[in-house]
Amino acid sequence: MDLYRRRRTTNYTALAIAMAAAAFGLFWLIAILWTLLYNGVSAINIALFTEMTPPPGSAGGLLNAIFGSLVLTVGGTVLGTPIGMMAGTYLAEYGKTNGLAQTIRFINDILLSAPSIVIGLFVYEVMVAQMGHFSAWAGVVALAIIGLPVMVRTTEDMLNLVPNGLREAAAALGAPMWKVITLIAYRAARSGILTGILLAVARMSGETAPLLFTALNNQFWSTNMNAPMASLPVTIFQFALSPYEDWQQLAWGGALLITVTILILNIVARVLATIGTAKR
Amino acid sequence: MTQIAIKDITTLQAPARDGRRQRLQDHLFRWATLFFALLVLALLGGVILALIVGAWPALGTYGFGFLVTEVWNPVTEKFGGLAPIYGTLVTSMLAMLFGVPVSFGIAMFITELCPVWLKRPLGIAIELLAGIPSIIYGIWGLFVLAPFLQRTVQPFLIGTLGKLPLVGNLFTGPPYGIGVFTAAIILGIMVLPFITSITRDVFETVPPMLKESAYGLGATTWEVVWKVVLPYARVGVIGGVMLGLGRALGETMAVTFVIGNAHRISSSLLAPGTTISAVIANEFTEAIGDLYTSSLIALGLILFVITFIILALAKVMLMRMQRQAGR
Repeated sequence: MDLYRRRRTTNYTALAIAMAAAAFGLFWLIAILWTLLYNGVSAINIALFTEMTPPPGSAGGLLNAIFGSLVLTVGGTVLGTPIGMMAGTYLAEYGKTNGLAQTIRFINDILLSAPSIVIGLFVYEVMVAQMGHFSAWAGVVALAIIGLPVMVRTTEDMLNLVPNGLREAAAALGAPMWKVITLIAYRAARSGILTGILLAVARMSGETAPLLFTALNNQFWSTNMNAPMASLPVTIFQFALSPYEDWQQLAWGGALLITVTILILNIVARVLATIGTAKR
Repeated sequence: MTQIAIKDITTLQAPARDGRRQRLQDHLFRWATLFFALLVLALLGGVILALIVGAWPALGTYGFGFLVTEVWNPVTEKFGGLAPIYGTLVTSMLAMLFGVPVSFGIAMFITELCPVWLKRPLGIAIELLAGIPSIIYGIWGLFVLAPFLQRTVQPFLIGTLGKLPLVGNLFTGPPYGIGVFTAAIILGIMVLPFITSITRDVFETVPPMLKESAYGLGATTWEVVWKVVLPYARVGVIGGVMLGLGRALGETMAVTFVIGNAHRISSSLLAPGTTISAVIANEFTEAIGDLYTSSLIALGLILFVITFIILALAKVMLMRMQRQAGR
């Protein structure tokens, strides 16, 4: 009877601790989101979207940073997505289990979690140092490298979900492999691949570290891809660490903007992925 | 069954007389995908090569001493990486100390305890939180957590643990708010979603049959988790933890805000310090002179090598877990 009671006590204690840990962990995460909402909502107004980043001590907005973020992210997506998709295609359709594919898969998974600041250093070395100046192009390349592994991974996973019967049916009709892949497999995996693109975009739009010494920052409106360009994360970094009240306000507004964008991208990506798999 | 509608079936077929062109296209496509796949490998090689080339002047000048020297003086151009390396390791280890048990608790709660209707929303919430960019954690740490710790937790730690012999050294000095301790907590919170979602996935690979047999023999929930689930999932859990560690080591923005950026090693955890990524983020664009820049790149190289090893180990462990689950 004593043993029974001891086991029961241990059980309840452990379960209580697990629940407390869950509550504790979720508490912090909710606290972060709540502060973000609380401080961010009051910072969101029309000026945030229509005015340029101000000099210290005056009101303004984040228009050039929002625009810069859009340009850099779109650029990174356009550059990184096709590369990632092709590489993922190789892994899923041609490589399967050969040694090369295994190695690439392994390396890709490591790149997926590699420190993003190191990517920034890399792009600085090969682009900024060679060209002699910071540029939006360098930022685009850095973001493309950040998004690439996400794209490779999801493309491969999604192509693997395409039933082989489809490929065989197409092959039986006399389609060569490349047509099987582009006309059949890609189309069957379309929503999944779109999910991958959205996840890559979400990842890219929040990255700060790789942009610090590639696209740098720009106080003014700039559409010149060979010049430094502002971006939301870098602007938030600069403004939050400044001692000026209105800069900090803008930083909160920008932070809320980024988080909401990323949450929406992630949710849409999930919904798409569910729709894509539900069909089967 | 998935259906693909093809309007005109001839688009699929290779015209018989056109065999050679089709074969050529086939080859081209295959080689194109292979080329881009190799690009991923080349990327890794390129990163390592570029870092080594960039770090060469500093490593050549200071040699092995770079790793064990604490001095960081841009004026006299004396650079040593010990303080940031130390800071990186200490903040990440502390973050794991804080993050791992909590993630484990959450994962156990999700897989074994929580009502079924809560399972999915909770899992999704955790995964969404993993997507929040680190700069958000950083800004929150700077404006909310650091002042809070400075007012409450840190004075308390100094007043209680700080008085003890030996351990006390870790908790001395004024409560700055920012510093190694705060950075470690932010990192701990940040890795929660990563480790939790992997641990949960790994827990779910445990065959229900095993768990049910244990329950059938009268085991309590805790005994099932501790004696059946954990031993089965051990390798995967360790892999998940190491993946979190890899993230924590390389994390930049969350840390840079709250670490304090002081190039020194203090015995106290409450004192400001620095990490490799924070040093690079703060000083790289302002670095004047080749040796300064090169020293920062050398730090980047060290960081990349450390995280690469940790992440590779994590990956190997998770792969072993997958193979086991597939059996």
